[in-house]
Amino acid sequence: MNWGVLLFPGSNCAEDCFHVIDKVLGKPVKYLWHKDTELGDVDAIIIPGGFSYGDHLRPGAIAHLSPAMTAVKEFAANGGLVIGICNGFQILTESRMLPGSLLQNRGLKFLCQDQTLVVDNNSTPFTSEYEQGETIICPIAHNEGNYYAKPETIAEMEKNGQILFRYANSDGEVSEATNPNGSLNSIAGIINRTGNVMGMMPHPERSSDEVLRLTNGKGVFISILKHLEMKHGSDQ
Amino acid sequence: MSEKKTGMEEKLWIKAGLTDSEYELLTTHMEREPNTVELALYAQMWSEHCGYTHTRPLFKHFLTTGDRIVQGPGENAGIVDIDDDEVLTFKLESHNHPSAIAPFQGAATGVGGIIRDILAMGAYPIASLNSLHFGHPGDAGHTRWLISEVVHGIGEYGNCVGVPTVGGELRFADAYKGNPLVNAMCVGYMKKSEIKKAIATGIGNSLMIVGNLTGRDGMGGASFASKDLDEGNDEDRGAIQVGDPFMEKLLIEACLEVFEEDYVVGVQDMGAAGILSSSVETASKAGNGVEIDVALVPKREEAMRPEEVMISESQERMLLIVKKGMEEKVNKIFHKWDLHAVVIGHVTDDGMYRVLEDGKTVGEVPVWSLMDAPTYVLEGKEPAHLAETRSFRNESITVPDDLNQTLLTLLGAPDICSKEWVYRQYDHRVQMNTVVKPGSDAAILRIKDRDKAVGITMDSNGRYCYLNPRRGAQSIVAESARNQVVSGAEPIAITDGLNFGNPETPEVYFQLEQSIIGISEACRALNTPVIGGNASLYNQTPEFGAIYPTPIIGMTGLVKSLSHVTTLEFKKAGDFIILIGETKDELGASEYLDQIHGLVTGDVPELDLELEAKAQKFILNIIRQGLVQSAHDVGDGGFAVALAESCLKGELGAEISLDLELRSDALLFGESQTRFLLSANAESAEKIIELAADRGVEAASIGRVTDSGQLSINNAEKNLINTTVTECADAFNTGFDKMMKTDK
Repeated sequence: MNWGVLLFPGSNCAEDCFHVIDKVLGKPVKYLWHKDTELGDVDAIIIPGGFSYGDHLRPGAIAHLSPAMTAVKEFAANGGLVIGICNGFQILTESRMLPGSLLQNRGLKFLCQDQTLVVDNNSTPFTSEYEQGETIICPIAHNEGNYYAKPETIAEMEKNGQILFRYANSDGEVSEATNPNGSLNSIAGIINRTGNVMGMMPHPERSSDEVLRLTNGKGVFISILKHLEMKHGSDQ
Repeated sequence: MSEKKTGMEEKLWIKAGLTDSEYELLTTHMEREPNTVELALYAQMWSEHCGYTHTRPLFKHFLTTGDRIVQGPGENAGIVDIDDDEVLTFKLESHNHPSAIAPFQGAATGVGGIIRDILAMGAYPIASLNSLHFGHPGDAGHTRWLISEVVHGIGEYGNCVGVPTVGGELRFADAYKGNPLVNAMCVGYMKKSEIKKAIATGIGNSLMIVGNLTGRDGMGGASFASKDLDEGNDEDRGAIQVGDPFMEKLLIEACLEVFEEDYVVGVQDMGAAGILSSSVETASKAGNGVEIDVALVPKREEAMRPEEVMISESQERMLLIVKKGMEEKVNKIFHKWDLHAVVIGHVTDDGMYRVLEDGKTVGEVPVWSLMDAPTYVLEGKEPAHLAETRSFRNESITVPDDLNQTLLTLLGAPDICSKEWVYRQYDHRVQMNTVVKPGSDAAILRIKDRDKAVGITMDSNGRYCYLNPRRGAQSIVAESARNQVVSGAEPIAITDGLNFGNPETPEVYFQLEQSIIGISEACRALNTPVIGGNASLYNQTPEFGAIYPTPIIGMTGLVKSLSHVTTLEFKKAGDFIILIGETKDELGASEYLDQIHGLVTGDVPELDLELEAKAQKFILNIIRQGLVQSAHDVGDGGFAVALAESCLKGELGAEISLDLELRSDALLFGESQTRFLLSANAESAEKIIELAADRGVEAASIGRVTDSGQLSINNAEKNLINTTVTECADAFNTGFDKMMKTDK
């Protein structure tokens, strides 16, 4: 079971994701280069945070045109698991692999803080390790994390259980007071209709290593791992 | 020879920033008159910024060697040993004048520049910090704009380049109103075997430039930084550089990939005076000459004159000295990152610095002469205000009636209140090493795959140095080291940022000299050698005069096991609270006098460096023994503020009983040095008191941590403070916002 971390020249969280898979989960992982047209033997792909190609125009706007993203789209179309974190989420919406888009934060400032999230749907390959309604802490660090989609799209996503995480307080209550960036319905992470492409603004990798005193983002990676193991088991 | 200066009647050297005697000296070195290219070379290399003309003679005071010192001053950054064949490299640099004119770009490029210094050592940059000084934001919209833009600039650059901004400080005083200070520090990590040097060895080896194109931005930045800021400075806007953090990110990744191979003999970043200073320094270190053809330099503008190419401070460029024949291999790696490495010249054996344009020599001077900037040892004179401020007596002020309100005011005061507004705009967690984040005494970063961490601090106190430059400077070093030990780190070494006014003013020279002596004394006592630094002089404006003398101390420390990492907040109700050190009748130079009485006066509190070293060793020792639950340095605002901070960050109360014969304000808010506030469980507390007695360190158990939500301080049966932790937290957390919104 191989993990791939997609590396753009401006990715700056790729090593963090690599570290979690390699050192915390102890699983095989390799980098995928943005110029690659073939992804090779991978079972799950992480598109990490950062500034892909500098993001001078709009986060992810150029990255979604990269050769590797064409291959990632194909990988996802064949049912492969893809998770985009922060800039990775932005790239996935730019690529139309996920609905909606990420606008500038409501407060017009970059925001880096430890953020409480509530798990809104735990029956996905990315969240099965969590209890429904469980609260976790995942740091956020972004300038454009304000999730927006058309009202009918949001309604559709809500109906389908496509919202995985929302910004919340420590009791799991969701309100405008706990919404750091103005996201509609306090959306922090979503999944596509087919349930294999996920994007989230908070950084679960930064909440996966005991030394850093935050660990409950690790559930995202363990969920993926268990899903892959189950799939591999049934394949055999 | 003055009659020979026919071509120089206009005294072009004065315009270039050189004095008559400096001009005289360079013509002696050259044995002829310089042309305009050559004059520009000297003007930049002999500026204070590149040549350290006023500060170099004073550096002899510094201790620069020690057990953990791998590289002292003289390279792009110093290096210290952190065991296991691993090293840290770190340095700070000022970007004051650019930030005064164009705060966003000035601050951003300050961050970029210091990161490249670290990269040039061969290290991966793991942390950024910054020390910022402004006028009071309530005074003018202009200051608020400066603060917002500087913070935004630091954030934009650091966040994109992927180096966490983990700490620093933000301080305010009217003295910085016309001339804010922006000092950036960067720390890098590498294996000992990966260290690179800035040296141009090997005759025939190639000089390759990598990164950005060269343009007219940042023209003459070094000399711009070496004169007073005045009204006409808007004309110097061309001296401001423009930053591109994405390019910097590419440079970091590509350079480190190249360094893994054996292609490169020397590296230097291009900072002040660009291609010129980077190549002169590498050649001088090797005792070689170099020749550079400006026509080969990739440019973004047309018709640039040779001297413009040489001194441009376009950002995100590095100079590599590459082994002959390896140029294509180097270029191939850069190509992977969509960058180009271009040969612009060669190392020569004649010791000359030769500038060519399309193969034709347009300037030629001895390398040594460019490095031989004349130095100035001046006569300092004690500033007149010191006689008056030293004579201040505590009796001349009355103790406030409402001490609760005094405490709350101090907690919300500009220099003390929470700076979350600032550090929330910085990615302080990227790279996943930040164990203790901003808002604590020291930032703590783990070293991956090891049971150890490093402490990083950046501290200053302009008011202290204004009132007593020597002891003030000592106090800053001592405080930095205290911030390290309370976090569980053993202080290793410092980098110093010397921010002063015009040194040609005898009073400023006095402040400079005394501060350097003070830093030296404290560094010797605490065994934290100086491994590099930066001087930024001429920080003054006609309207507001000179800034406070502001030496800034960047320090690193080693946490020998992750279990030693200690933070300042109280952990558990019932724990005993211990005060280490003596509280004296000292109010001079305090935050309390400034904020509550509107007085910047008095003498800086006494500091016994021998006792300081002993106390710090003791604190580190008990932390390593696992006896301590929380530890905090008693600094700005004194004991009461330190106590309130430990309470509000731990969301716990405290009940304190003291028995001191002291005026209440000195007891609560005086800033007596060498004090620490600890908490420990009953058994450990007893042991700490015993051990302290053994070591000759004053320690007293003064109360308990509570879950009552109350903060109460009694002295000799009399209640002094009785407030709630919520009120304290509110004052502390809203202080910054209020300050940015209130007109003073």
